[in-house]
Amino acid sequence: MANITCKIDGIEVTVPDGTSVLDAAKKVGVKIPTLCYHPDLPAWASCGICVVKIQGSPKIVRACATPVEAGRGGAANNYITRDAELITTRRAVLELILSNHPNDCLRCARSGNCELQTLAADFGIREQPFEENFQHLPKDETTTSIVLNPEKCVKCGRCALVCQKLQGVYALEFIGRGETTRLAPAADVSLNESPCIKCGQCSAHCPVGAIYEKDETEKVFAALSNPKKHKVVQIAPAVRVAIGEAFGFKPGELQTGKLYAALRRLGFDKVFDTNFAADLTIMEEGTEFIHRFTKAPQELPLITSCCPAWVDYMEKYTHDLMSHFSTCKSPQQMEGAMIKTYYAEKSGIRAEDIFVLSVMPCTAKKFEVTEDDMRRGGLPDVDVAITTRELARMIKQAGIDFNALPDENVDPLLGTYSGAGTIFGVTGGVMEAALRTAVSKITGEKLPKVEFAETRGMDGVKTAKLNVGGNEVRIAVAHGMANIENVLNEIRAAKKEGKELPYHFVEVMACRGGCIGGGGQPQGATDEVRAQRTAGLYKDDEISRLRCSHDNPDVQAAYKEFLGEPNSHKAHELLHRHYQKRPVYSR
Amino acid sequence: MSENLLPLPGDLVAFITEWKPKPGNLVMVLHRVQETYGYIPHEVVVEVSRLLEMPLAKIYGVVTFYHFFSLKKPGKHKIAVCMGTACYLKGGQALLDEIASILQCHAGEVSEDGKFSVDSVRCIGCCGLAPVLTIDGKVYGDLTPAKIAGLIAPFQNES
Repeated sequence: MANITCKIDGIEVTVPDGTSVLDAAKKVGVKIPTLCYHPDLPAWASCGICVVKIQGSPKIVRACATPVEAGRGGAANNYITRDAELITTRRAVLELILSNHPNDCLRCARSGNCELQTLAADFGIREQPFEENFQHLPKDETTTSIVLNPEKCVKCGRCALVCQKLQGVYALEFIGRGETTRLAPAADVSLNESPCIKCGQCSAHCPVGAIYEKDETEKVFAALSNPKKHKVVQIAPAVRVAIGEAFGFKPGELQTGKLYAALRRLGFDKVFDTNFAADLTIMEEGTEFIHRFTKAPQELPLITSCCPAWVDYMEKYTHDLMSHFSTCKSPQQMEGAMIKTYYAEKSGIRAEDIFVLSVMPCTAKKFEVTEDDMRRGGLPDVDVAITTRELARMIKQAGIDFNALPDENVDPLLGTYSGAGTIFGVTGGVMEAALRTAVSKITGEKLPKVEFAETRGMDGVKTAKLNVGGNEVRIAVAHGMANIENVLNEIRAAKKEGKELPYHFVEVMACRGGCIGGGGQPQGATDEVRAQRTAGLYKDDEISRLRCSHDNPDVQAAYKEFLGEPNSHKAHELLHRHYQKRPVYSR
Repeated sequence: MSENLLPLPGDLVAFITEWKPKPGNLVMVLHRVQETYGYIPHEVVVEVSRLLEMPLAKIYGVVTFYHFFSLKKPGKHKIAVCMGTACYLKGGQALLDEIASILQCHAGEVSEDGKFSVDSVRCIGCCGLAPVLTIDGKVYGDLTPAKIAGLIAPFQNES
């Protein structure tokens, strides 16, 4: 691609053709203010905050959506990003947006990390010169996972763009036009009746408090104060590399020890780790894969099922491939089931007296805990699932000085984990963990090197052919829901034409980067942040004494003392699930 | 409303099939749907979504963007009150208010009995007769609120 040389406020910069003025400016240390723009998404240019000028032109253009040009007649274009007129224009745009935005910041879910609030502070907004004109629309609280408050919406369009372009779900769209535009599902259905898969990416991308996670922290505090309950908690892999962001740490810094300590101080009697159940998942899913690969090739490819948003998507959109889904429950649900059976038995505490909280990077996990297969005798395996963001607030409310906490250890039995378990939180991690175990089992040898470079990285779809004990195993890893359809179409075409399958094993995670970029993680994730969180989990893997799930002594003990063999009858009863076809629109 | 709108008539399906591979297909199809039914029924949009292989949300985005498209079944008689500059100044709003008080039906709505739909429209080119309205396309000019009741009575009384 050709390069273009231009100037930003007189500073020369050379960038590839097609680079926006916004990105070119970033290269020379100029941070043009933005609101609607998000680096994950195509520039929509709806807000008008990022306006700049081209020297010699009377026009004001939007930096996010304007590619740099070299200029005419040999003279390089000079983009002016700051002068009195631009500052005044940006301020007026901001004041107009604020005239449509309720200013009840104190009671807002995003108070303190709202991008509009930050802009208003940066621009020193002190007056409201324009007449207030708020839309009075009801909140949509119909899903288990997220709340849509259209009154707070600034119509930047990020939620619809992420829902459509990154996730391919099309639950949200611009409805109507002009000042009555809303971001809502089609046909006046509620979010819960829409194709929404509860991934929460809209809530992670919303710049303001218009979409946010359903807060369930009150339920948790109530349970913690209930003397009749034995309180048990599990934390998902991706939480440990992101929660620190709420306390001033850099993304990706491992906070496992502090997290365990914080949870004990909150009042949990036992602190377990979902990573244990990730190892358990590998035993179950790895066995399932080996069985299908060696004995039931018609049931290949095997498709992973750890991600509840993906399961929801599959049940709505791709149920034709339902039989290819692993029947394994997600680690969250396996951990919950093991706590209320194995741990209950071991500790002599009745399952109905145990309260299980899970802390997840994910809003869809709130939906998963309510599903039919996730309970026994009316008793849910996990009582409440909260997001990383909610736990950060709980820690703050409880007056726990996170930064000053010592590193503590996890409780044994359902807490010990291997490096393979911890990388479940990143795209490719489930596949890599499964390969570590499957290759060892098939070849009967200890792996000389446990890392699989083929499954790592941020490409939307990663594919590889691996030699496993003389057999070719073809794998695909997809993340970002919109990327899965092509992989599935390849499989459908091969099945229809009776050709050799393109893949034997497929991993899918709904969110870009995997759970580290989950919809319940601290806001502000970009690819840079995702890379840092990813590095954090790979580091956790590297420093683990155990690198393979089958080497986890707690997992070995669980099979020996309780479950029997992987895929045993008991394992099926507790750790596996069913699927059902669902309509894309339920109304 | 359980009108039987499905399956779609063959000529509509043929039209959709013909336009499916072409750019700008959605607006063309929506025009044809509105021509066929007088509005854009939800059941038909669902079929269009399936036939064009286009998400329902995308279609609703377009339908609700253009004022021309209507998701509501229109009344049997269409009253359109002109709110162009001349009619506006000569009391178009008073005509709308009078209609609303008689029919309990505001601009953009359909009366409960389904007999009337009321809309405000931009200049219809009869400024000399302002304020004007049209009923089923026929223009009535030089109106006052007092004349409204008599004007719509024949339509109200028809069986």
